[in-house]
Amino acid sequence: MSATKRKPSSMDRRRFLQDSARAAAGCTVAGMFLAQFATDARALPPQAIRPPGALDEKEFLAACIRCGLCVRDCPYDTLVLAELGYDGAATGTPFFTARDVPCEMCEDIPCVAACPTGALDKELTNIDDADMGLAVLIDEEKCLNALGLRCDVCYRVCPVIDEAITLERRHNERSGHHAIFMPTVHSDKCTGCGKCEKSCVLPGQSAIKILPRRVAMAEAADHYKLGWEDPNPMVDDIIDLPDRLPGPGTDNLVAPGGYTPDATGIPDANMDGGFSPSFSFPTAGGSN
Amino acid sequence: MSAKTKLPVGQEAIEEFGWLRAHRFLLLRRATQIFFLSLFLLGPWFGIWWVKGNLSGSLTFNILPLTDPFILLQSIVGQHWPETTALIGAIIVGVAYALIGGRVYCSWVCPINPVTDGAHWLHEKLGMQKGWQPKHNTRYWILGMVLAVSAITGSVAWEFVNPISMLHRGLIFGMGFAWAFVVAVFIFDLFVSRRGWCGHLCPVGTFYGLLGTKSVVRISAVERSACDDCMDCFAVCPEMHVITPALRGKDGDTPLILSPDCTNCGRCIDVCAMDVFKFTHRFDDTPVPGREGRTRTQPASGASKAA
Repeated sequence: MSATKRKPSSMDRRRFLQDSARAAAGCTVAGMFLAQFATDARALPPQAIRPPGALDEKEFLAACIRCGLCVRDCPYDTLVLAELGYDGAATGTPFFTARDVPCEMCEDIPCVAACPTGALDKELTNIDDADMGLAVLIDEEKCLNALGLRCDVCYRVCPVIDEAITLERRHNERSGHHAIFMPTVHSDKCTGCGKCEKSCVLPGQSAIKILPRRVAMAEAADHYKLGWEDPNPMVDDIIDLPDRLPGPGTDNLVAPGGYTPDATGIPDANMDGGFSPSFSFPTAGGSN
Repeated sequence: MSAKTKLPVGQEAIEEFGWLRAHRFLLLRRATQIFFLSLFLLGPWFGIWWVKGNLSGSLTFNILPLTDPFILLQSIVGQHWPETTALIGAIIVGVAYALIGGRVYCSWVCPINPVTDGAHWLHEKLGMQKGWQPKHNTRYWILGMVLAVSAITGSVAWEFVNPISMLHRGLIFGMGFAWAFVVAVFIFDLFVSRRGWCGHLCPVGTFYGLLGTKSVVRISAVERSACDDCMDCFAVCPEMHVITPALRGKDGDTPLILSPDCTNCGRCIDVCAMDVFKFTHRFDDTPVPGREGRTRTQPASGASKAA
């Protein structure tokens, strides 16, 4: 037992303040290391994919108690708890590696049901709404389809076939007379389950990979108006201008006087806005 | 120094009552520790899923949720309000430990306890100095620091380093390099600070200690008048300062060990040849006379064993 028997009342103020300062300083240093640990852990490696319904990484680390109940209820042994030093994710938190075992997208989402704290959000009731990441065809130099062969495996294994991944036909410039069926991921449908990455036939790394959306997606530039999707929205919302159709005063070469569906003749030079070309159109039946 | 004072701790009790009885609470404690660990290991090792999860959070028989209240507190401080399941689990655990003694967790359940007990055993074998002994309130500073870091970083901060969950989760789910934290605690207790980790620093134990401040189950020095100052109880007690007020109390003082630091491990009951201590409850107000005077002539040698 301690040799000295102190009573707090007899402890002099100086001693108390000194001890408090020492403890506070020690705790500050220790706390800085701990905070360093805690914030470093947010740097989730891109290949470590959180279970369906996982909150954003920062919130997830406040919510996950690392009990592993999601791992236990995963029927396909997809999920594992991160081990210190081996896996980059915060120690003890659940994740999966798509190339090893992808998410099978169970309809009842047992991992979310098992989570006691809400680190996996119970709001997720339809697995098709899951957002574990986004498939990206990351190596077009090796992808067999991109080379002009017909592999199609990633397209065929996709649980959201023909929606999350489609095969877009394009010209094969190399052969000059074949097609390339390009696997194309659609971000609004892809759940990031990783079945495409798992099944890619290439040895070693997959040509298509699940990446976190924060890495995989660019942010749309709102100041560019896509006219074909959004015709003249800025003015129409404010005032109602008459739509300006091709007509007098425009440089409509075919029908300078206005729109005529069957106009085939030479523009009339006398018309307002017209002009006198120094050549003649072949179809006009002029000098040939 | 007389031959008597050189006796190993607990030797008198062994001679008096036999080895088994002089180790009954130690054996019971080890059995309990193994029992709780086995419950968790039945699933992964033998496919018997009575209990799923680990000490941080578990589900027993698919119905009973249990959550570590300290981890949940950090989560709440880190600004995540948990689902009801976790809250219910934490309340069940919290109420249980508030009744039986908060630090019962430390001595009867925590998987780090055998590690630090082992370190202490080796520490005694090697006859090492007690080393750095942090102040009594250091543990509260650390508890506060952990909660502050949780709040600032918005995370369950202690779980990044907690050797308890590192070891427990490691055994159940896979260890990785988490064993390094366990070894670190062992080495710390062995070379740096005797009984240092569990007794002075661990914020989990501190939290459970506070939880069990008013716990019902308590050890009492009911036969303190029979104490012969052999000091064996002080030597085995991981929180030896808790004994003094009860054992050395005067006639009117309570014989109950009321300090929240007491882990209810029962080792003092084991090693006492005079049968001074016993488990009772905090409302036990049977009057217990204090000691009349020292009955032993050389208490100092015994004290050196403990100090």
